[in-house]
Amino acid sequence: MDALVAQLQMQYRNYTVSLYQQGFLDDQFTELKKLQDDASPDFVAEVLSLFFEDCVKLIGNMARALDQTGTVDFSQVGASVHQLKGSSSSVGAKRVKGLCITFKEYCEANNYEGCVRCLQQVDIEFKALQTKLQDMFNLEKQIIQAGGKVPQVDIN
Amino acid sequence: MARDGGVSCLRSSETMSVGIGKMESPPLDLDEVHVLAVDDSLVDRIVIERLLRITSCKVTAVDSGWRALEFLGLDNEKASAELDRLKVDLIITDYCMPGMTGYELLKKIKESSSFRQVPVVIMSSENVLTRIDRCLEEGAEDFLLKPVKLADVKRLRSYLTRDVKLPNGNKRKLPEDSIPVHTSPPPPPPPSPLTVSPDSSDSSPPLTVSPESSDSSPTLSPVEIFSSPLSSLLDDEDDDVLSSSPESSPMPEESPVRRQKMGSPGLSYYIKLGSSKLLINMIATCVNKFFKITTCVYLSHN
Repeated sequence: MDALVAQLQMQYRNYTVSLYQQGFLDDQFTELKKLQDDASPDFVAEVLSLFFEDCVKLIGNMARALDQTGTVDFSQVGASVHQLKGSSSSVGAKRVKGLCITFKEYCEANNYEGCVRCLQQVDIEFKALQTKLQDMFNLEKQIIQAGGKVPQVDIN
Repeated sequence: MARDGGVSCLRSSETMSVGIGKMESPPLDLDEVHVLAVDDSLVDRIVIERLLRITSCKVTAVDSGWRALEFLGLDNEKASAELDRLKVDLIITDYCMPGMTGYELLKKIKESSSFRQVPVVIMSSENVLTRIDRCLEEGAEDFLLKPVKLADVKRLRSYLTRDVKLPNGNKRKLPEDSIPVHTSPPPPPPPSPLTVSPDSSDSSPPLTVSPESSDSSPTLSPVEIFSSPLSSLLDDEDDDVLSSSPESSPMPEESPVRRQKMGSPGLSYYIKLGSSKLLINMIATCVNKFFKITTCVYLSHN
């Protein structure tokens, strides 16, 4: 059983580190993990779940705003982008946040094609992060089920 | 972790309660630090609430400046009879919110007789010097750059406790006139004007609820208290690099700026000299720290 736990823990460590290295996550995600403890063992998963719901809602808003036949209200799109940038920053969703910065610039420049491209990318990116994190949380569950503890992963 | 309706649950004593329509706030324990957190983003509210609870604060989180005023009883002209029993030790608010900005909320709080003494901290994702200055001029205690980290909240908590724990048992407000600058060197956000427009999407639930069961004692190190100012100073490992990226005036470097109140009277931070201002602030900070260290060394030898 210990060999299995050790193997899972190593897998978990490697996977987590790769998420940081590939730019999916940044320091703020590490900060969120600090807020998790035995009394609130699912805090990170819950916050991220709220974040992904936020993504769906805000991306929907942006799509609707960009879909106006006639004049697009770029400030409306920009407002949603600003919110998404804020929440992605708060959870450490590095790629999503980076895209939002670019997206915001396109909104300010009233660049329709740029906005549409960013919208598509943001949609892809948040879903990719969602999948990756789901895999990470599943590994955590497996470790616990195998009788082990989820290791603290030192990113540096 | 519930997401909808209600006010964050607080541990209660029997002494007081505040009702806001159907949003009942449980009675507050007089000895515990109560923070009112204001942020229109649900994710941010959850995070700031957790940050505060982990540092032993009781938290009420609301989603707008109007809700905050409503909670404080400042939303109408006549004072609420229960006002003087509502204990709020700190108000922490996002700057950019639809409807009423954090700055406007700050002004209203500072205009009120009941709550002008309560420290107000502004949070913002944008590192804009003019914005920071405006808030501090209006009486904000501190300005935090988002995303807010545990170290930021612990620092707030430490001077809040210092405010409370005086020998004569009375609360004392820190002097308002000196605010040296502390900074940290994470990567800078691009300096761009902020566009704020009313959010036409579904409004997020007005308040967040934190379940009573998570009133566990914090697993982190105890709150820094005034008796160990040296350790709290030494903890400021991020605060040595000075730079900013404001909207209007060009700056040599681009790292974000955090401003921290050290509570030392006699060193006015506010000098309108453009880039010289920050340099003077930095010097003031070093001098403040030097005095504090000197005082501690002196006291420890006696």
